[in-house]
Amino acid sequence: MNIKVLYFAALREALGTSGETVTLPDGCTTLAGVRALIAARGGDWEKLERMKNLRAAINQRMAEPSAAVADGDEVAFFPPVTGG
Amino acid sequence: MSISVQEADFDIGAEIDALLAGRTDVGAVATFTGLVRDINDGSGVHAMTLEHYPGMTESALEEIVGQAKARWDILAVRVIHRVGTLQPADRIVLVIVAGSHRGEAFAACEFIMDYLKTRAPFWKREDTPDGSRWVDARDTDDSAAQRWN
Repeated sequence: MNIKVLYFAALREALGTSGETVTLPDGCTTLAGVRALIAARGGDWEKLERMKNLRAAINQRMAEPSAAVADGDEVAFFPPVTGG
Repeated sequence: MSISVQEADFDIGAEIDALLAGRTDVGAVATFTGLVRDINDGSGVHAMTLEHYPGMTESALEEIVGQAKARWDILAVRVIHRVGTLQPADRIVLVIVAGSHRGEAFAACEFIMDYLKTRAPFWKREDTPDGSRWVDARDTDDSAAQRWN
């Protein structure tokens, strides 16, 4: 199954991309699984697991690591927000 | 439209007038305006760039305003948050809450700002004499939001 993954702010800069399409292997069904899959590429991608307090959303709603990911979902990873 | 995420500046007086147009039931209007400061964490700031998550930012703001309306007896709300590159003294954010009485209007305005600070996907990057840096989230913002729980 394929999902869209977006990166924002300091994470986007560190990775050098604002997003990509990721194909999930069988058994990769949660947000935590997606994060581990991408971080396993090594190098800068490890920041996905190392960056402090990284937040995530599924289909534009904040989501916990245990949340389920489905085909066609839009997943986003980003640092804690600093607006206002 | 009660929520706007935009590059353009806003006119606070004109926004209050527009929110109140045709209404005679409002007895109190509370507003909050956030500005770019020229100093943060001991460094001079000569510009600030705000990034957001188009789509999610608007829906997060809608949800926060919805919670405020469910919690307090308020009549109308307007939220404007700017994105893009801003200079010191520029306006960043505006929250206007209109109600029958000041108590609800003040409380809802503060609640919306506290929740916006910790839940709406915006990120600030500052340009300082030492280079550009992403602003870190503050623990004080988390505790400000938690006191409404």
